[in-house]
Amino acid sequence: MIESVEDLQTRQQSARTAFYPDHVQIGVGVGTCGLANGSQAVMDALRDEVATQGLDYTVRGTGCVGFCQAEPLVDVLVPGMPRVFYRDMTEEKGRKLVKGLAEGRWHADWALMRVERDPLMTEIERPLAADLNGLAEVPTFQEVPFYRNQRKIALRNCGFVDPNNLDEYLATGGYASLAKVLTSMEPDEVIEAVEKSGLRGRGGGGFPAGRKWRSCRQAHDHPKYVLCNGDEGDPGAFMDRSIMEGNPHAVLEGMAIGAYAIGADRGYVYVRLEYPLAVEHLATAIRQAEEAGLLGENILGADFRFTVRISRGAGAFVCGESTALMASIEGFSGEPRVKHIHTTEKGLFEKPTNLNNVETWANVPAIIDRGPEWFAGIGSENSKGTKVFSLVGKVKNTGLVEVPMGMTLRQIIDAIGGGVAGDRPFKAVQTGGPSGGCIPEAHLDTPVDFDALTRLGSMMGSGGMIVMDDRTCMVEVARYFTDFLRKESCGKCTACREGVQRMYELLDNITRGEAAPEDIDLLEEISTYVRDNSLCGLGKTAANPTLSTLRYFRDEYMAHVVDKTCPAGVCPALTTFVIDQDTCIGCGQCRDACPVGAVTGEKKAPHAIDPDTCIRCGACREVCPVDAVGTA
Amino acid sequence: MVRIAAGQETCRAATGYEIGSNEEAQMPRVKTTINGQEIEVERDRWALDVIREMGIEVPTLCHHPALAPYGACRLCVVEVTKRGSTWLATSCDLPIREGLSIRTDTEAVHRARRTALELLLAEAPEAEEIRRLARQMGLEHPRFAPRVEEGKCILCGLCVRVCRDLIGASAICFADRATDRQVTSPFDVNAEACVGCMACAAVCPTGAIEVVDDGYVRRIDPFSTELELLPCEVCGKPAVPAKLLPYLRAKVPDHVPVRALCPACRRAEAAAGLSVPSRTGGVSTAPTP
Repeated sequence: MIESVEDLQTRQQSARTAFYPDHVQIGVGVGTCGLANGSQAVMDALRDEVATQGLDYTVRGTGCVGFCQAEPLVDVLVPGMPRVFYRDMTEEKGRKLVKGLAEGRWHADWALMRVERDPLMTEIERPLAADLNGLAEVPTFQEVPFYRNQRKIALRNCGFVDPNNLDEYLATGGYASLAKVLTSMEPDEVIEAVEKSGLRGRGGGGFPAGRKWRSCRQAHDHPKYVLCNGDEGDPGAFMDRSIMEGNPHAVLEGMAIGAYAIGADRGYVYVRLEYPLAVEHLATAIRQAEEAGLLGENILGADFRFTVRISRGAGAFVCGESTALMASIEGFSGEPRVKHIHTTEKGLFEKPTNLNNVETWANVPAIIDRGPEWFAGIGSENSKGTKVFSLVGKVKNTGLVEVPMGMTLRQIIDAIGGGVAGDRPFKAVQTGGPSGGCIPEAHLDTPVDFDALTRLGSMMGSGGMIVMDDRTCMVEVARYFTDFLRKESCGKCTACREGVQRMYELLDNITRGEAAPEDIDLLEEISTYVRDNSLCGLGKTAANPTLSTLRYFRDEYMAHVVDKTCPAGVCPALTTFVIDQDTCIGCGQCRDACPVGAVTGEKKAPHAIDPDTCIRCGACREVCPVDAVGTA
Repeated sequence: MVRIAAGQETCRAATGYEIGSNEEAQMPRVKTTINGQEIEVERDRWALDVIREMGIEVPTLCHHPALAPYGACRLCVVEVTKRGSTWLATSCDLPIREGLSIRTDTEAVHRARRTALELLLAEAPEAEEIRRLARQMGLEHPRFAPRVEEGKCILCGLCVRVCRDLIGASAICFADRATDRQVTSPFDVNAEACVGCMACAAVCPTGAIEVVDDGYVRRIDPFSTELELLPCEVCGKPAVPAKLLPYLRAKVPDHVPVRALCPACRRAEAAAGLSVPSRTGGVSTAPTP
């Protein structure tokens, strides 16, 4: 039980000593991304092999280290040696690795990188052997292109600590910021620090966090609540998931600091239903923190109490909207309300409430620890600090990327992402999820921050970044996001419920070749109406995918309605795949890939596609080694 | 005003204010400009009320003076300008603040209201009231195919809100979301909590709720609900839902009698109570001058 700052420091000290043990420690990435790639079986195999060999090794689970493309990821920590990460691990490779380690062999050809200084919040001193003993050829953390330009602040600890072990969090300096705040800072000083840091909400809104905290502090009512928005509904976004799974205490500590600053004594973490692992790890973290006395009454001996509960969503994207989220916690249907009266004044249960996103909260302990000037020294003029992006789609290196704001889209996609998958031509990058828009090549040198992307008709949003190549149909992209939004609309207001539905019908008709040029004008009109007349953020931003693709790719829309073709070869009704008889080398891969047997051809002779059988899935085009499959 | 128990989604759904707070509040007065005319009103009064008091017409569908504003239909939109920014906002739930400038007569407002009606017309093609409002704005045929085969419901929520906030029965509610959203009884079966007061039918702007008295049964078909009717104590015709009597008894002061009377007999009794003897003999129902 930690009852004072001294107790905390004592426990942190012993935790630090234990963090780098004197035996071999193996970590397995068992976040949702790792598990989806089979890392549970890898971990079981590693444990089994260690037992079979009678070795004194520990095997434990960690969160997501970011390079999801390379999962299952395993890290090996040998006393005195850099931490080595292995990529694309399998059960078989795992067993071989264990046997190899016992004999002093690294299997360096399987290694992704070696890390000499773990990206923890507070570094733990550890001397390394001078002789790298066969690891010299393994690239360092900084040399790996995916990691070279990253800076881990919100994602610190993720992939390097066992999220279900409080002591590992303590070892990395965990709860030292809360201690600092409780013992040496007045609530107003804490708010000033957050204001000076320039921290803006990471959930998409970008509202200055310090200003929100201040207005909640000024509200005269009690109790006050601090809430964490863990609803993360954007398709393809998993930044918050990784933090909740991989370093949940960072969120809890941030919320405790916020509660102290605002004058709240209770809070909720609202987690979407579809994140069971995040709920599990948060629940474990809360329980462990309570048992240790870091949550509850008289925290660290100060006159401060703070309790946190988890509230689960039930499958509604709209519950990421602040007032709908609060209605959901109260037990009502997720329905937003107009916000002329701010939730900082009357929010959850009509009480003053401060809601921030997971990533926003995770930044708070770091800001308190290193100081607001340090944070404000990172990023661009109006967007301080770093931002976590989920870099996905047609890009070589997919995963979670945390970079200082102000880095350009091109740098993220090329330098970190490794460029477009298959080296195909870049077409667009979609940012901000369903509330965002598509940005073409002409604007790739735009710095990524809150304001620059908004000016281009998109938004940074919560951090989703989907790379698209020439085989992506931009009309289909608009249709996809609009379909998502029309189904997620709460249905309360006419503009969103009816408007987005009609937008979808028009987009659907366009992709099926059943629309005329006038329909594009109608689509634009309704999109603008929805944007200007909707009650909440969902409706207000619902038109972004449509309006941004109309802005930059209008010719593609025209091809669909005038020429009745889909230039990207995606929309089935407007696409015919044809094999170029001169280019085809008759390898037969297309024939093998075709799920409906539409391809015929003899070995080494040009193949052909039967357009009546073909379902336009594009598999033949994907596998063709000579790009012989094109559109008619 | 009925006081709602803490935790119920009364005005919090709309605005975060309690019902009646507008009337009870002693707010300072602020200057605001409406259609170019500067006026001074109590801070936080709903813009819609202030605009209508000035004699300016604003169409509404989901608004009712006895209920907290909801902001669903989007018909009452006005153009708001504050600190250099202009945007469209519903006036029913817009609190008047210092420096707010409102216009109801711009092209943008007209187009926005017209589009709202167009969408509603396509959603509820059978609703005469929508047709009437649309026609007023020069709109006959929506550019969209009807969303429901036949229907009058525009999901304004008045029935749900009156049942929950005024009557206190919460017999009906919204279910599902997006275009599947509908008003129904819990699990689409007979609403046990319904007292048959017909407030829902009374507030519905499009006549989507039909209540049919069939013998000794009151049927509210859209909600799969049936209620037993008690006979009138005077004439014996089917009159009052049995569930309504205990509900009323709980609401009215003890000395007020609650009886099962049909509307005609209730009127006759009330009239008899008002009657005074006339100078020429006989009974007149007029009060003495």
